[in-house]
Amino acid sequence: MKIRRTKIAVIAAAAALTLAGCGDAGNDDGDNGDGGSDGFSPEVVEDASFDDGTRMAEIAKDGKVKIGVKFDQPGIGFKSATSDTPTGFDPNMGKILAAKLGIPADKIEWVETISDNREPFLQNNTVDFVIASYSITDERRQVVGQAGPYYVTGQQLLVAADDDSINGPDDLKGKKVCSVTGSTSIKTVEEQYGATPAGFDTYSECVEQLKTGSVDAVTTDGAILAGYAAEDPDALKVVGEPFSEERYGIGYNKDAAGMCEFINTTLEGAFEDGEWEAAFDDSLGKGGIDLPETPTLDPCP
Amino acid sequence: MDALTENWDLILDGFLNTLQLLLGAGALALVVGTLIALFRVSPVPVLRGTGAVYVTIFRNSPLLVLLLITYYGLPQLGINPSFYWKIILAMGLYTGAFVAESLRSGINGIPLGQAEASRSLGFTFGQSMTQVVLPQAFRNVVPPLASVFIALTKNTSLAMSFGVAEAAFRMKGLVNDYATERWTIFIGIALGYIIIVEAISLGAALLERRWRAER
Repeated sequence: MKIRRTKIAVIAAAAALTLAGCGDAGNDDGDNGDGGSDGFSPEVVEDASFDDGTRMAEIAKDGKVKIGVKFDQPGIGFKSATSDTPTGFDPNMGKILAAKLGIPADKIEWVETISDNREPFLQNNTVDFVIASYSITDERRQVVGQAGPYYVTGQQLLVAADDDSINGPDDLKGKKVCSVTGSTSIKTVEEQYGATPAGFDTYSECVEQLKTGSVDAVTTDGAILAGYAAEDPDALKVVGEPFSEERYGIGYNKDAAGMCEFINTTLEGAFEDGEWEAAFDDSLGKGGIDLPETPTLDPCP
Repeated sequence: MDALTENWDLILDGFLNTLQLLLGAGALALVVGTLIALFRVSPVPVLRGTGAVYVTIFRNSPLLVLLLITYYGLPQLGINPSFYWKIILAMGLYTGAFVAESLRSGINGIPLGQAEASRSLGFTFGQSMTQVVLPQAFRNVVPPLASVFIALTKNTSLAMSFGVAEAAFRMKGLVNDYATERWTIFIGIALGYIIIVEAISLGAALLERRWRAER
């Protein structure tokens, strides 16, 4: 079983690569939906010092940090085929964290995480942080640490521009709704609104299916959908108000001593000195999304 | 165990979809496979060539590539069936090539004298095939055909990323929801596949026994 799953994973990865490649070809011509963030560089703390025995001290001593982000979500975490580093709100948050550890952006090792491997990556220390549109849930907090939230968003609907039949989640009954296989969004529209779920590997595949009329709507966090609608306003539009609450958190290994306090302190600092706002303006803000209110952080366990 | 017990209806629904894909694609594969096998042994060179080209293309392309063509190529030609039919089409044509080759080995296993005898009795090629050769050939290839359909069963799990909510799709959803119960979920879903595959094996064993007695 394990072997076969690995095979599927490899095939899926290959497919994702192939398709990501297809998507990118169309994006190269002056698109700004993925919010190039080369300009965003938070101030690096000179000689960061932490108490001995904490994970932060180890990372700061190594001088490099591994951060898991998404590579396929414009505005949130996106890496184009031609670029070496991912861009978006999540990588920007990663840069803020690294800077507080005394690590400049070029010493960050970006690792692609998909929804399935975020917990294993943290548990096996494949990455030090996961900042990958990682919604905070009680179930996840039993196996990994999640600090934050640093961003609160909600699920919305993307439909064809000429479709007047869907104006909100209540219109979804019996409609085919596409999202990423295994995501919370696809579960919500199926369980609460009676939609027929259609799962694909990436959001760009879903958007493709929407354009050919194979599905009636695409659903996920509004921020991601806005990026796609901005790329092709003649064919796509975002409808309705957000109908769920996703609180993006920063994942860390549960065993890492003092990590939650460090992340929360860093986030508080970034909220106050404007770096959080700058990180947002540089990514999602460019896609035309209004700056949300600063979220209230959960206390550390 | 909560992940499985609280969601058994979803899991069952998933496996029903898996079975639907299996039956649909399996039926298409049998029809196409038999036809292509006949092509490959037919006396007409054009048909033989067609059969060989078919097998070369569909047996040698990765199933994923066929799926991608069905999903991203066909709509551009204005053909856009539902996800279910797209999967059936891609998997049926793919598996059909394997069915054809298994069947051909079965046909070749029937002594040439039988075909010659039936032809000399005045049977046409079609008649000698359908009345004499194929019934025996199918008996010979029950075990390899069972393997082909078992492979198809497991291949249907690719549909989870192609818009069909089958068993593997449910598994992925549950794995994300129940981060603490991954092993239970994997084993539970694997068990479901094992049951389907075992049913195919049992059916094959049964057919084998019954048909052997007739000889």
